Amino acid sequence: MVQSLNYLKETASQTAGPYVHIGLAPGAAGFDIYANELGRDITGPTAKGDRITVTGTVSDGTGAPVKDVLIEVWQANADGVYPGEGHVEDGFRGFGRAIPDFDSGVFTFETIKPGAVAASNGKPMAPHINLWLVARGINVGLNTRMYFGDETEANAADPVLGLIEQVHRRDTLIARPDGSTYHFDICLQGDAETVFFDI
Amino acid sequence: MTRKDLIQRDREWHPPAYAHDYKSSVTRSPRYALLSLDNSESELSGPTFGHSDIDPLDNNLIRNYAKDGDAIGERIIVHGRVLDENARPVPNALVEIWQANAGGRYRHKKDTYLAPIDPNFGGCGRTLTDENGRYAFHTVKPGAYPWRNWVNNWRPAHIHFSVFGTAFAQRLITQMYFEGDPLIAKCPIVKSIPDQRAIDQLVAALDLNETVPLDSIAYKFDIVLRGHRSTFFENRPEGN
Repeated sequence: MVQSLNYLKETASQTAGPYVHIGLAPGAAGFDIYANELGRDITGPTAKGDRITVTGTVSDGTGAPVKDVLIEVWQANADGVYPGEGHVEDGFRGFGRAIPDFDSGVFTFETIKPGAVAASNGKPMAPHINLWLVARGINVGLNTRMYFGDETEANAADPVLGLIEQVHRRDTLIARPDGSTYHFDICLQGDAETVFFDI
Repeated sequence: MTRKDLIQRDREWHPPAYAHDYKSSVTRSPRYALLSLDNSESELSGPTFGHSDIDPLDNNLIRNYAKDGDAIGERIIVHGRVLDENARPVPNALVEIWQANAGGRYRHKKDTYLAPIDPNFGGCGRTLTDENGRYAFHTVKPGAYPWRNWVNNWRPAHIHFSVFGTAFAQRLITQMYFEGDPLIAKCPIVKSIPDQRAIDQLVAALDLNETVPLDSIAYKFDIVLRGHRSTFFENRPEGN
């Protein structure tokens, strides 16, 4: 026998199940309990930058919308600064929770377009929003990113997009601009499957 | 800001995305491999929460939705610590929980199980860990409930846990089970986890040291988040 390394093991993940809203967004579950429900306001009132709306659906391997998904959003401010890492505007949380309409499956959230953040090698990454998806049937939360379709040059130089071997799959991470709205559909499985990350 | 990368997540310890016997995972699991990313600030930073975000009563599920009395059920305390893989406490971590009532019924407009709603029980709570990573909830022990997987599947009694570390890549949702529950070994969601030791880590132990005599029974449930790597020789400005 050799010495033990004495590291603990990470607690194993389990699905969030169908009633994740009760804990993380009770208003969506149908009742008000918390004075301050977390994740409703990503930017606060004074954030700089372009105000945008992001909307889309999450679909399963059959193409059906996943109506019980909960999406968490994590992003930098317009200067590319994450809260906790430097100065951001008062009230800018960078964090949000998006829940689809239970009938249509369409999710929507309001935010600002983030600035570029440095990659681990110091080079800039194209503006992006980090997303984490949990739902019934998802055993470990899925990480992905949303990039912006009107950032063609920055996207082409982005080191993360550049890691995606099949070039056409990079498009699954790029939201389609339509005025101040960006359309971003996420596909959990199949030919059009969104790229998910092990971070 | 320079930060240490996280210890790689052990994907053989966690359940796989596709777990055949948990049927809804079949169409909701990616078929392509995950793309592994070096940690950047996008992954190593994360949201922070403070005491102004939550109410002190938010961690008491017996009282936080009480209308004309306490919630009905076995009164329990669930407590423990949030640690990282290096066994260091994670202070100020937001812990959110949700659960069914004592009869296995959720307060959710999509739950139609015939067991009744408890008018004095909401079923969610949240708290921040203290400087030693400790947290505690007062609640009632949830009941088992049936679900449509196989015809006769019953979930073991469980409490859903959602935990934030300091990095978005530490984000974790899991479920806590109760010591001695015979349904644990029968559950396809539990058994999506391949390693029995990882399952055992989700089972809270009866903790008679923390009971309140003549009031509440206690269970202890420690949670481990990913730790940061300790890089002695990497050329970085900060010390180890």
